[in-house]
Amino acid sequence: MSISRRDFNKLLVSGVAGSAFGVFGMSGNAFAAGGSKKHVVVVGGGFGGAATAKYLRKLDPSISVTLIEQKLSYVTCPFSNWVLGGLRTMKDITHTYTALRTKHGVNVIADRVVSVDAAKGTLRLAGGRVIGYDRLVVSPGIDFKYDAIPGYSQKIAESKMPHAWQAGPQTILLHRQLQTMKNGGTVVICPPDNPFRCPPGPYERASLIAHYLKTHKPKSKIVILDAKEKFSKQGLFTKGWERLYPGMITWHSSTGGGKVLGVDAKAMTVETDLGAVKGDVINVIPAQKAGKIAFEAGLTNEKGWCPVNPSSFESTIHQGIHVIGDACIAGAMPKSGFAASSQGKVTAAAIINLLRGQEPAPPSLVNTCYSLIGPKYGVSVAGVYQLSPTGIVEIPGSGGLTPADASDDQLEQEAIFAEGWYTNISKDIWG
Amino acid sequence: MLPKKNVMLGLVFAVVPLFHASSTVMAADAPTPATVAAPAPTPAPAMDPAKMRERGQILALSCSGCHGTDGKSSSIIPSIYGKTTGYIESALLDFKSGARVSTVMGRHAKGYTPEEIHLIAEYFGNLSKKKN
Repeated sequence: MSISRRDFNKLLVSGVAGSAFGVFGMSGNAFAAGGSKKHVVVVGGGFGGAATAKYLRKLDPSISVTLIEQKLSYVTCPFSNWVLGGLRTMKDITHTYTALRTKHGVNVIADRVVSVDAAKGTLRLAGGRVIGYDRLVVSPGIDFKYDAIPGYSQKIAESKMPHAWQAGPQTILLHRQLQTMKNGGTVVICPPDNPFRCPPGPYERASLIAHYLKTHKPKSKIVILDAKEKFSKQGLFTKGWERLYPGMITWHSSTGGGKVLGVDAKAMTVETDLGAVKGDVINVIPAQKAGKIAFEAGLTNEKGWCPVNPSSFESTIHQGIHVIGDACIAGAMPKSGFAASSQGKVTAAAIINLLRGQEPAPPSLVNTCYSLIGPKYGVSVAGVYQLSPTGIVEIPGSGGLTPADASDDQLEQEAIFAEGWYTNISKDIWG
Repeated sequence: MLPKKNVMLGLVFAVVPLFHASSTVMAADAPTPATVAAPAPTPAPAMDPAKMRERGQILALSCSGCHGTDGKSSSIIPSIYGKTTGYIESALLDFKSGARVSTVMGRHAKGYTPEEIHLIAEYFGNLSKKKN
């Protein structure tokens, strides 16, 4: 038994677990590895984890699935820039786990995993429970390397210089700062070096903040201090900025004065090779690593990301544990919510095969990311991926960007499809 | 460039018949199965229908991200659900060739072989038949 009688009784008296057990009937098998019913535990309720949980149940209802997520609802990073631009509210980008629980029979537990015992196939929750699994899926997202920037810290992020690279309170803080900034103020955005979550995200953010400023505070400026020499969809963004926000956004490459040497939260400055840059609002997006539980479970490599077998996303470090989403190393796939959900579906199918003693079928993976430059000005990147002897690669001749010479009609259509994309992917995952 | 591209094309086709030897796709040093060496135009010969459905499903799961679960859209993006196999197949082939103008679908459709497009179309076509 992977769960003690005492813990089991505790589960029964807790409201969350009690109602969840109702879905499967009052059978101890739901949590017992080795029982007739296979049990998969998913850690993390974002794009990757929630998609895995839903699709495991959808593709094989005989499997019992437990999703462990400490937050009661999930705020998406995609479209959080739309909130900053005044085009969406926080409510619009917040999703609950109700449908996963009631429609798809996923046992959702609001708790935090503190440790994983890969050898025993168990994990321990902060609340003290120990839960057994036949297969574990870890979809922890990202964590930040706060100490890589002198003067920056989690405390500074939560008070004066938000990263807003995990949506929620950070988005609200940055939004409030923008709203209270004076007309004529300077917004400084500091994007990190690769690899990081959502490569076009910082530049969509600059675009939609520019939209807000142009509408409400037109004397203001945006300065991007980049850790990179080039960035995702650069040609499309640059053209869009010239057309929609001429003179408002200045981008500095790493060697062109963009490299952040440190920050001073009291003075509200960013130190660069060209001196201190003062900002009224400073959005520091630090370098990243896999989410905390990936480290605690020993799933990370020396660079702080999780190596996986690309056919099943099973960890190459610990058997029986799959890592998906931003935390894993997925070859040519970007760290995006869409990529995470695609990996989640492939992993669900692979786990079903593995639990039946079969080899995982060859995966087919996809990514589609829209960026909004203005309310009627959208661009996209698409990618279709397959396995090659070197890992996950983009299929030659497929995918790519919105064409550089796209017509205004096409750009407007892409903006409309971006909204449709959000509605459908949210529903595909949490609905 | 050219030889590299040929190798990649070979792999695109190899994925379809490789269900029984998926691990060999991963292992660069494993003995090459005959199906990989075979000329690309040879379509997957006698593929087990269950495996074909499984392949169709894996491929089709990619569509649901934008088009909704089971291809049922809740937004301006068109539903795939409810359309026939023939309609979906010809639409995807037209997106792939560029005969049908699109914003993003052409870029996606170019990532699939005609055989894969057929499996995707059949998956959604059957799904619609089943539930109607």
